Amino acid sequence: MMAAMPGARAASAPLMGREVEPTMFELSVTGRSAAQLRTTGIAPRDLGEIIPSEHLRDAPLETVALSERDLVGHVTRLTHRQFSVDLGMYPLGSCTMKYNPKFCDTVAGDPRLASVHPGAPAALTQGWLELLVTLEERLCAITGMAGVTLQPAAGAAGELTGLLLMRAYHASRGDVRRRVIIPDSAHGTNPASVTLGGYEVTTIPSNDRGLVDLGALRAALGPDVAGIMLTNPNTVGLFEEEIAEIAEAVHEVGGLLYYDGANLNAIVGVVRPGDMGFDIVHMNLHKTFATPHGGGGPGAGPVAVAPHLVDFLPGPRPTRLAEGYGWGEPAHSIGRVHGWHGNALVLARALAYIEVHGSDGLARVAQHAVLNANWLRRRLAETLPAAYDRPCMHEAVLTASPIKSATGVKALDVAKALLDEGFHAPTVYFPLIVDEALMFEPTETESVQTLEALAQAIESIAQRAGSDPEALRAAPRHTPVGRVDEALAARVLKSTEDAARPR
Amino acid sequence: MADYLPHTPDEVGEMLSFIGMGSLDDLFAHIPEALRLAGGLDIPAGRAEPDVAVEVARWGDANRAAGLTCFAGGGAYDHEIPSVVRALASRSEFVTAYTPYQPEVAQGVLQALFEYQSLVSRLSGLPIANASLYDGATALVEALNLAHGATGRSRMLVSAGVHPHWRRVAATFASGTGHEIEIVPLRDGVTDWSSAHAGDDVAAVVAAYPNYLGALEPLDAARTVANERGGLLVVAGDPVSAALVRSAGEWGADVYVGEGQAFGTPLSFGGPYLGLFAVREDQVRRLPGRIVGETVDAEGRRAFVTTLRAREQDIRREKATSNVCTNQTLIAVTAAIQLGWLGTRGLAEVARACAVGAHALFDEVTSLPGVAPAHGSPFVREFAIRLARPASEVVEAMAGEGILAGLSVGALTGGADPSIEDPDHVLLVSVTERRTRAELDHYVSTLGKVVR
Repeated sequence: MMAAMPGARAASAPLMGREVEPTMFELSVTGRSAAQLRTTGIAPRDLGEIIPSEHLRDAPLETVALSERDLVGHVTRLTHRQFSVDLGMYPLGSCTMKYNPKFCDTVAGDPRLASVHPGAPAALTQGWLELLVTLEERLCAITGMAGVTLQPAAGAAGELTGLLLMRAYHASRGDVRRRVIIPDSAHGTNPASVTLGGYEVTTIPSNDRGLVDLGALRAALGPDVAGIMLTNPNTVGLFEEEIAEIAEAVHEVGGLLYYDGANLNAIVGVVRPGDMGFDIVHMNLHKTFATPHGGGGPGAGPVAVAPHLVDFLPGPRPTRLAEGYGWGEPAHSIGRVHGWHGNALVLARALAYIEVHGSDGLARVAQHAVLNANWLRRRLAETLPAAYDRPCMHEAVLTASPIKSATGVKALDVAKALLDEGFHAPTVYFPLIVDEALMFEPTETESVQTLEALAQAIESIAQRAGSDPEALRAAPRHTPVGRVDEALAARVLKSTEDAARPR
Repeated sequence: MADYLPHTPDEVGEMLSFIGMGSLDDLFAHIPEALRLAGGLDIPAGRAEPDVAVEVARWGDANRAAGLTCFAGGGAYDHEIPSVVRALASRSEFVTAYTPYQPEVAQGVLQALFEYQSLVSRLSGLPIANASLYDGATALVEALNLAHGATGRSRMLVSAGVHPHWRRVAATFASGTGHEIEIVPLRDGVTDWSSAHAGDDVAAVVAAYPNYLGALEPLDAARTVANERGGLLVVAGDPVSAALVRSAGEWGADVYVGEGQAFGTPLSFGGPYLGLFAVREDQVRRLPGRIVGETVDAEGRRAFVTTLRAREQDIRREKATSNVCTNQTLIAVTAAIQLGWLGTRGLAEVARACAVGAHALFDEVTSLPGVAPAHGSPFVREFAIRLARPASEVVEAMAGEGILAGLSVGALTGGADPSIEDPDHVLLVSVTERRTRAELDHYVSTLGKVVR
C-alpha cells in the first residue's frame, strides 16, 4: 500500500440501469419507421417484371417497426446495462482489457480508409497497401520474425493458420507428423485448433512452479511431433525461463515452436518470440495493441513466421514494389484464410497504436503492465495468495482457496461480489490447473489509485465472507440483473424472439 | 513520445519499492539475459497523435478508390449508413466491452445479440442463428465442419457459384480437416449438379443464392442432390436479396451462411465483416461459436446469457465443435441496429431499390456495343457482363472518370474457373440504393466510351 495517495476513487456501479429493457420487437408499432434513403430518380418497376415468381417471397420479410427516437432510446438503455473498459476497471485475466485510445477509433473511422472497396485494384488502394506493409514490417520487428500474414480475423483463426503452416512445412519435406504438444495450462482454443489442423493433441503437465516440465516434454517428444504450442509468459502469468532448452529439444526432433501471442503484451519491446526460438507467432492485436474488444470481436490475429516458413504464408500478401505497392502470392501459399484481406480497420487501429507508442513506448507498456500485476499480487498477498509464489508477468493468478476453506465462499462468489463494487470480475476457474483460481490482469492503463480501490473492495469482500457468507452467495445485487439461471437457458433454448419462452 | 500510462515517476518508484524491486528492468530479471532484447525494438520512436494523424491522412489520400462512385460488389456493398446507426454502434459500452462472460453486467451486449440472432433467423428462414462468425467465407468453413460432424462424411459438393474467395478459404482449411471439396461447375450461370461425381458419401451440398455472378438458380435441384446423397444443404445467401426472394429455409436449407457487411458496416477494405450463420433445430448442438439464450435471474426477471456452452473450445477443448472464441460481436450489434433503423419497410425498400437500379443499368449497358450479358439467368442486385476489352482495363479506365465500375471476375477467380469461360473479360457490377439516375447515366456513357 502507498502512504499518502493523491487522487479520488470513482465508482461505476450505480450508473448501470436495472429496469428490464423490452426487445426491439416488443417496442415495434406497425407503421413506424426510421429509414431515410437517397432519392435516386430511377424509375420504379414492378418486381414481378424483373424477378421470376418462383424466386419471389410469398410474404414480406417482417423485422421491426421503430421510430428513430425509439431506436435511440432502446439502444442507449441497453448500453446502460453493459459494463465496459471506458466505465471502469476490467481486470479480466488473460483478456487484456486495457484502455483503447480514441485516436485509433478516429483512424479506423477515416472515410478515406473505411470507404475503400476491398476488390478495388491495387493502383486505387496504394494507401491501404502501404499501411498494411508498414504494419507487417512493424510486427516482424516486434516479434523477431521474417514475414507475416494479416488475414486471420482473430487469435483462434491465427492459431489454425499457424497449424496449417506447420502442416504445409512438414509436407513440403515429405515429412508426415501426427501430434502437437500442448501444456495443460493452455487456452481451450489451442487444442480445438490442433484438431482442426488435422493433428492429435498430446497434453503435458506443468511442474510445481507452473512451468513446462522439461522432463515430461522430452518424454513426449518424438519424430511424429509436428510442433508445440506455447504461450510465454504462460497462462498462469509466468515466464517460461527454460524456453531456450524447450526450443532446442523440440527442434532436435524436427518439430516447430508455435507462439500463442495471447500474452505478448507482457514482453513487447523486452523479449522477442523469434529470439526465444519460435518459428510461428500469432498476435492478438486486440490485446497487445489495444484495439477494442467490441463485446467479443472483431479482433485480428496476424501470424508471423521465421524465414523457412515465409513461402507458405496465406496469399495474396501486400507487397512493396520498386515503385508503389501491389499484391503478391507466396510461392507455396497455403491459400486464403479470410474472404478478403483480414480485419483491415482493426489492423489500421493497431498500426496507429504502434506508431504513437514507438519503440520505447511499447516497452514501457509491458513494464507498467508487469509492475501493476506485481503490485496487486503483493498488495493482496494476505487476502488472496498467489498460486505460485514468485514474481509474475502481466497477470497474477491468485487463489480463493483459503477463503473457501475458512468460510465456504468460493472464487465465483468473490468475483460476483466485485461486480457490486463497480469492478468487472477477474477471470474465474482458469487456468484449470489452479484451485479456486482468480486471475487478475490489471493492465498498464489503470492507476495505482484504482488498484488500491480494487484491493480494498476485495478485502471488504473477504471480511464479509466470514461475517455474512450468505450475502456473498447472493451477490451481485446492484447490477442490472442478479445471477442468471444458466441451466434454464440451456434446457429450454430461446435464442430468438420467435422461439417459445422458457419457464 | 506519447502514451496512455497514468503512473507518475514518483508513483512508479513507490510501487517498485512496495514490491521490493529497484527498477522496472528488475521486473524482467528472471528472464535469461541472453534472450532479452538489447537496444530496443527496431521501429521508429513514438510520435504524438496529431503527428501520426498526418501520416494516416497521407495513406488515406493515396486511396483513389475512396473517392469513386461505387458499382463494385462481390460480397462487399456500398449501402447507406445513417448518422443514427454510426452514433449508436460507436457507443463505447459496446466498443470497449469483452465477451459477455459475466451476464450480470453484460445485458446490453447479450440482448443486442439476442435481437441480432432473431433478425438473422428471420432473414435466413431458419430457427437458430449464432452470435456471428468472422465473415461469410469462414462461415462457410464452419458449415462444412458442421456437415462433417452431422454425417460423419468428408465429401463436399460446392457449387462454382459460391464466391471464388470463399471456395479458396474452404480449400485452405480442408488441408487440415482432410475434407474433399468438389467444385461443381456452372453452365450459363446455373450449377450443373449432374456433372458431380456419383456416390452417396456426401456431407454437404453447397449452393449460392444468388450466386457470385448474380444468378438466381432454383434451389430444388440442390435440395434433391442433398436428399439423394444424404448430405446437408448449405445455402450461401445474400441477406439483402433475402428481403425479396425466398429464404434459405423455404428452399429447404439445413444451414444458412452469409456475409452481413451490408447491414451497417462500411466497405472497410474487406474487414471487419460479419459471418451470418443459421441452422435447423436438429443441428443446434453442432453450432459453431457462441449463442445467446433468454433466461431469468435470481429474482425471476428476464435476462440473457451465452448458452449451450458445452460445445465450445474453452470447455470441450480438442473435441469442440469449432475453435471460435472472439468473433465479430460489435459488427453483429451494428447489424441489429441497422436493421432496427431500416425496419420492415426500409429493408424492403433497400432491396427493391438495389434490384430496380441493377436491372435499369443492366438493360442500358447490355445495349452498348461490346457489352453482352455473361449469362442468361435472372438476378437481383448484381449482374455479370462480358466485355470486348479485359475487365481490368475497363475498371482502370473508368476510375479515371470517377467510377469504380465493378470487379473483374478474372481478378476474383485468379485465372480459369469452373464458373465461367474467359473470366478476364467478365465484369461483375452491383447497384445499391445509394446510386442515382445521374450516376447510372454517367456509368453508361463512360462504359460506352471505354469498352471499345
